[in-house]
Amino acid sequence: MTGRKTVHTDVAIVGGGIVGASAALALRQMGIGVVLLERDLCGSRSSGVNYGGVRRQGRPINQLPLAQRAHRIWGRLRETIGTDGEYLRSGHFKIARSEADMASLERYRAQSRDFDLGLELVSDARLRERCPWLGARAVGGSLCAEDGQANPRLVSPAFALAAQRAGAQIFERHKVDEVAHDGAKFVLRSGNTLEVHAPALLNCAGAWAGPITTEFGEAVPLQSGHPAMAVTEPLPFFMNWSLGVEGGGIYCRQVTRGNLVLGGGGAGVALDADRARSDRDAIASLSAQAIELLPALRHAHFIRTWSGTEGYLPDRQPVLGPSRTTPGLFHGFGFAGAGFQIGPAAGEVLAELVRDGRSSTPIEAFSIERFFPEETTTSPP
Amino acid sequence: MTTTAALQPVIVGAGPAGVRAAQALVVQGLRPVVIDEASRAGGQIYRRPPASLSQRTAAMLYGFEASRANAVHQAFDAMRDRIDYQPDSLVWNAQGGVLDVLHNPTRTTARVPYGQLIVATGATDRVLPVPGWTLPGVYTLGGAQVALKFQGCAIGQRVVFMGTGPLLYLVAYQYAKAGAKVAAVLDTSRLADQLAATPAMLRQPAVFAKGVYYVAWLRAHGVALHSGVRPLRVLGDAQDSRVAGVAWHDGSEERTLACDAVGFGYALRSETQLADLLGCRFEFAPLHRAHLPVRDAAGRSSVRGVYLAGDGAGIMGADAAEWAGERAALALLADRGVAVDTARAAALERKRHKLGGFREGLERAFPLPHDWAAHAPDELVVCRCENITAGTLRQTVAENGADEMNRLKALSRVGMGRCQGRMCGVAAAEILAHATGLPLQQVGRLRGQAPIKPIPIHLAAAPSTEGAGE
Repeated sequence: MTGRKTVHTDVAIVGGGIVGASAALALRQMGIGVVLLERDLCGSRSSGVNYGGVRRQGRPINQLPLAQRAHRIWGRLRETIGTDGEYLRSGHFKIARSEADMASLERYRAQSRDFDLGLELVSDARLRERCPWLGARAVGGSLCAEDGQANPRLVSPAFALAAQRAGAQIFERHKVDEVAHDGAKFVLRSGNTLEVHAPALLNCAGAWAGPITTEFGEAVPLQSGHPAMAVTEPLPFFMNWSLGVEGGGIYCRQVTRGNLVLGGGGAGVALDADRARSDRDAIASLSAQAIELLPALRHAHFIRTWSGTEGYLPDRQPVLGPSRTTPGLFHGFGFAGAGFQIGPAAGEVLAELVRDGRSSTPIEAFSIERFFPEETTTSPP
Repeated sequence: MTTTAALQPVIVGAGPAGVRAAQALVVQGLRPVVIDEASRAGGQIYRRPPASLSQRTAAMLYGFEASRANAVHQAFDAMRDRIDYQPDSLVWNAQGGVLDVLHNPTRTTARVPYGQLIVATGATDRVLPVPGWTLPGVYTLGGAQVALKFQGCAIGQRVVFMGTGPLLYLVAYQYAKAGAKVAAVLDTSRLADQLAATPAMLRQPAVFAKGVYYVAWLRAHGVALHSGVRPLRVLGDAQDSRVAGVAWHDGSEERTLACDAVGFGYALRSETQLADLLGCRFEFAPLHRAHLPVRDAAGRSSVRGVYLAGDGAGIMGADAAEWAGERAALALLADRGVAVDTARAAALERKRHKLGGFREGLERAFPLPHDWAAHAPDELVVCRCENITAGTLRQTVAENGADEMNRLKALSRVGMGRCQGRMCGVAAAEILAHATGLPLQQVGRLRGQAPIKPIPIHLAAAPSTEGAGE
């Protein structure tokens, strides 16, 4: 029987995904003590198995300040985490399949004009000229030349490694079994092996963040989602852009190695609370849409399919900010399948909240308060 | 009527296990669906050539095993019209009580529901690569045997067989009998291993005698047999366009030999992907040096309605596969409420149990070379789909702290190609265990992910649902 280890630190973080790991890194860069607990391996869940889109285009306007901040972090990725993680500003092209889609893309360009995304609308002859590989359904699209893609399998674990190099204590394979506040500080317990005491706590547990909100009396309607993902055998390289479709559905990119990574097309199936797979109907839908979008894929082979477990709130916006009940507790979860690009900025914001009590990036829209509309006083029946 | 009873039982694999399982179900009046990747039933060891190449006799194709091969083939042929047989068909996915099946000749994929399923997916070669193994002219032992049995041709004119395991001598013998020049047999196990294992192997004297016979026959026909070797590399010709020889270390010095083809392998590994997709619980099996789906003595897996039989659940050989297939079918019948011959069931279990000691003997006689990972040079390509070297794997361990197979895969791309780790997984796990200093069971196994083998996208897009209800 091993004795329990007790660690005292400034900030405890639950969850070693890209949000938790980048918060750990940012805190260390501020000279703040950090202990991070990850139930599995850092970056092995949603952060490490997602599509790998690094995209600002198409995000709700209220996420763009955060996305712009993240864009700057991505721009100096190698110096930040020690690897480029196959990050490429290869362009993100959102496809329109109708004139209505085109109008919607134009509206988005107008709405996002303050954010300098550099969106370029492409249609008709210029579309065929620039992307002869596009299927006939596409009538045009919107290009964000500085958006791109990266390899999440490499990037997300690298954030955790960078945080560790910077002095964060990272405990992998340490599930948090108990979390409480003793009046002065948070006490986290992992099995019989580890206890962490810290005055501040970051809840970055992704789809598994719910129990912590419940523990502190602010349960939110967090649900799990499982996008279907698939990858083809390596094909001759033909496409730089990462593709999305206006209105959602499918997304697709080709990596330098030649494989095409595809996602979307419906839901996966949960195997248990932790793991999921692509559903067969979702694979079928993904396949049909992929061939329609890129007819050259018709005779390519899928070599692998997979899914992950992501946290979704009803409005598909994250919870990012302070707890409404407990001083020292900050949440950063529920990124609704779109957390990879903004994850590093969310991490920095959480570090600022710990240090300064406020963020230099507007995050009001992501407050947990939105799930607790002011109680109207009514007389009892 | 329960769902289970309403659906035909499904058997995946038509080797010795699948055929005997089907036979036991047919006898009880059931009509199983039998899905098999090959175009003719028989499995690998009793693989049948295409009808157009059938002029060679069973004795020529299967040697001592001709009567057993004939028995399995005849059992299958006799019940052919009482089963729903789907040859040339790959089960590429399983989800929610339904299999996804790619029928190769028609290029269609169908959904086959099941209530009860016998998984008899067999085995492929256990591969520990050696520098030069990706040169044209290098085959696995099983591949070399398939070429001979199925295509009626040899892999070369002057062939070296290298590695270890019973198949090493059997294939060498079959090649020499068929008229190919066998330049040498290079066995990594030592004579001392075989001597130490003899008592255990005498538990199956007839099988043991066959092994002794192959060795004696090869020796009598002037084939050079070397044991205790360490393969160093497969040598290429001047352009490195084809095999020109092999180099090995014999314990005291380096030796080379010219040849134009190499067959190599280290016994077999189970094909467990389907069991994995079905959700079967896995455990490390020290005897097999692999994580395998667990099953009880009857062949029941941890998943209700899923039964495991044959080499796909642990390498026990063709005879044991026949017994396990029949036993699993009896379990399936009993679980359906059919009265089965319990004495027969017990006898089958006893036979398989008795073989256990012999299998331990075989592992002792032909151990996986324990120092392979230590000697694998950094430039050795372990994963040929993704061109990942032993050095890259070691670097991934050292720099990124990978200590588990799926993590190693994510960070290095090993096992991310077309084979999905089916070929390179064994070697990658050995390298990982060696590099981390962890025991093999602790580095885990690659998680199964559909498709089990690559599937054309346009087929994945357009499935047809096939009713298999009675």
